This record gives sequence, C-alpha cells and structure tokens, in this order.
Amino acid sequence: MKKVSFYGYRRENQRVGIRNHVVILPLDDLSNAAAEAVANNIKGTLALPHAYGRLQFGEDLELHFRTLIGTGSNPNVAACIVIGIEPSWTGRVTDGIAATGKPVAGFSIEGNGDISTIASASRKAREFVQWASEKQRELCQIQDLFVSTKCGESDTTSGLASCPTVGNLIDKIDPLGATTCFGETSELTGAEAVCASRAASKEVGDRFWQVFNDYQTVINRYKTNDLSESQPTKGNIAGGLTTIEEKAFGNLQKIGKKTKFIDVLKPAEAPASGPGLYFMDTSSAAAECVTLQAAAGFVVHLFPTGQGNIIGNPIEPVIKLTANPRTARTMTEHIDLDVSGILKREMTIDEAGDQLIDIMIRTCNGRLTCAEALGHREFVMTKLYQSA
Amino acid sequence: MTIDFIVHDKADNVGVVVVEDVQAGRKLSGWIMETNESLALPALDAVPLGHKIALTDLPKESTILKYGHDVGRTVAEIGAGRHVHTHNLKTKRW
Repeated sequence: MKKVSFYGYRRENQRVGIRNHVVILPLDDLSNAAAEAVANNIKGTLALPHAYGRLQFGEDLELHFRTLIGTGSNPNVAACIVIGIEPSWTGRVTDGIAATGKPVAGFSIEGNGDISTIASASRKAREFVQWASEKQRELCQIQDLFVSTKCGESDTTSGLASCPTVGNLIDKIDPLGATTCFGETSELTGAEAVCASRAASKEVGDRFWQVFNDYQTVINRYKTNDLSESQPTKGNIAGGLTTIEEKAFGNLQKIGKKTKFIDVLKPAEAPASGPGLYFMDTSSAAAECVTLQAAAGFVVHLFPTGQGNIIGNPIEPVIKLTANPRTARTMTEHIDLDVSGILKREMTIDEAGDQLIDIMIRTCNGRLTCAEALGHREFVMTKLYQSA
Repeated sequence: MTIDFIVHDKADNVGVVVVEDVQAGRKLSGWIMETNESLALPALDAVPLGHKIALTDLPKESTILKYGHDVGRTVAEIGAGRHVHTHNLKTKRW
C-alpha cells in the first residue's frame, strides 16, 4: 500500500492532532454553568459539560480524572481551561494536562463565585484562542495517526459490509505503523474466543479474558432478563439482528482479518506499547465508548452504522459509514461514506476500505464530518458505580 | 443479477435479505460471500431488509450458524424460506 500522509497539528509533546480546539473543561457538574459562560464569551472555544465529579471514589474516581486529563491532553486540543468548584481537584486535572506541555490554566469557584471566575477564565481563554488560531498544520505520516473505531445501531448490513470495511482499513494501515483501538467489551459476547485468538501473545489474550469475564460478572449481577432490547438494542432488532452472539460477530469484523491486538487498555488509558491495534475495556454505548477513546488520545474515529446512529464527539471527529441502502438514502446528512454497493456486488470490501482511507485522510486534513457539521458533541463520562 | 440475500459463510444455515421488498412467494437469488457461489430460495414469509431467512429446514432447539459460528438456538421449528428473528431464535447467553 502506498504511503499515507496528512496535514496535522504537531503538539508540544510531538503527538499530532487533526483539530485545533480550545476546550473549557469543567471538573464537575457544578462548574458546567461557568464553563458554558466562558465558551459563550470567547468565540472559538468549546465547553464540555458533563454530569459527574462529586463524591466519586476508588477506581471510579480514578477513571473520572483519567477521562478529564486525557480529554484535555488529546492532541486535537490546542489549549485548555479547567474550571472546578474547589482548587485542589481542579489543580490535579490542570497538572495532568500540563504534563503534555500545552497551555492550560485552572480556575476554581469557591471564594470567588461564578461571575468573577467566568471573568478571569474568559480573559485567559481569549489569550489561548488567539494563540491557537495561529497554529499551522504540517505534513505528518500515518505513524502519527491514532484511529479508534466503534459501531452503533448496527444491523446485519454492519456485519456484512460496513464493519468489514473498517477491518479492511485496519489491515491496511496496521503494517504502516498506525495506532488503532477497538473496545465494546460486552458486545463481544459470543465471539469472545475468536477475539481472544486475535491477541498478539498469550499474556495479552489472558488479560483480555480477565476483562471480558469481569464485565460478564457485572451483567449477570444486574440483569433482569436476557438483555434483549438493551443488547441487542431495539434498533439492532429492527434491523434484523436477533442475538448478542450474532451482533458480536458482526462487531468483530471491524478489526479485520489479520491484525492482532498488542495490548489491553483500561477505560480511557493511553496506549503505551507503540504502534498497533489496542483493545480497550469500554461500554458498548456509543458516546461512552468514543469519549473514552478520545480521552486515551485517539484523534479520528470510524463509526459504522446500520440503522443510523447519529453520534458525534466534541473533540474527536466521528466518520460515519453505512452499508444499509435505506439508511444511506433516508439519513444522508449523517453518512460520510455509503458502502451499500458492497451488498449489490457493485463494490468490493477492498475498494470500500480504500474509500474509507480517503475520507479519513480528508477528515484529518480538515474536512468536517457530518456529525461535526450537525453539531453532534456527545461527551459522556463512564461511571463505574454509585458515588459515596 | 440482483442479489436478494447474502450468506456470510458456506456453513451458515441463514442468509440476510439485502433488498427492501421481499414478499412471501418471491423467488430469491443469494450469494455466499465466502465461496462466491450463488443459490436460489423461495421466500415463504415477507422478510424485511436486513432480516434473516432460513436456508434449510431447522427443527426446534437447533443451532443457528452465521459467520460459520453459533449465534443462538431456535425456539420453534423453522422451515427453509421462513423469517428467522426474535420470535423463533434466542441467545444462548445471559
């Protein structure tokens, strides 16, 4: 395969982004109002309101910090403002992001109130956004690109064509040194042994089994039925998927036919074993999964859909493809790549994979995805259990 | 030639309808992706786009194979050409 290059923003830590956001990041639910006010004051900034951050503890709290720090650290973010209710945890997030070398500043509300906090944070945000607006793209190679994938509102056309199209892309860019990621732990149920056989070593396979079995324990603890209508979803079932096993085999087509995964990541954990395919332990809910992958530093996302999941992410562009001819026809504004020709034998999966590489590179170069144009910015933190 | 349904794997006992207007009685042409073979099958039910059709007669409590793998068990007898979905196929998990 020929060389694949693109124009990206090389950050202080040498990681490459494809967007140039200045993010206003609330530490907690209480700080959303101030963060949104700053983003309203200073044009070209982006607030990421969310629902959590108070009285979390243990592994769930670690995940909260990892997700926030990872989001601010993502190379698609040029600079970041953090606003929290009190200074200590706010400082933990700003210090974590500052380790990347990018500009970051924290503001806390207690003792200041919203209005004065918004004024101080807005002044700094104005400085950051003007600084970021002068950043230039430079020529980068595929080794600089971190690509994640997850499918949603799948139907049988996903397993036949759109997921194998992503798999074809993975098989093509893996040997070139790209870093890629798949997840959706529960949605491998039925295909878990086939997935485990794709681990690059027995040790990695064993860690996959541990993560998989732990998730099954959670499901078995809380389930009240066979999860039909949740997993598979109502939309999956409308699209012809009947069982979780059937859905899982379709899902797994996204990792291609030969690429092995080289490591198992915790939710939102950044890859640290070099280029290659990573499995991340995630929920199979679209926005939760993509938010975790973005927090791990992935900069562009490939999202096959069957019935028409419309998800986007505020910092990681989500490219949508479908092989369902009805979805391609009725939801045109959401679909970046129509591969329904595969089902009519008008297009091969190999050709579709090349088309997906093309649209991915154009997206990396700056082309807005459908989800970006439509303003889809689903930022959804994963919460592991109740707060204290 | 128009493809009405697709079969992933030669071993599968179901195919997926990929056109929008399959009614009972229509003669369907299928394509086995793995082997690039063609096959023909009359539909005995209306089968919506994306839904499965039985390729052979399947007794109750048999295993449905798709991608060459076990994707669940039948909870009713299903004749070749019939619609296969939640009313006659269930997960073996959860």
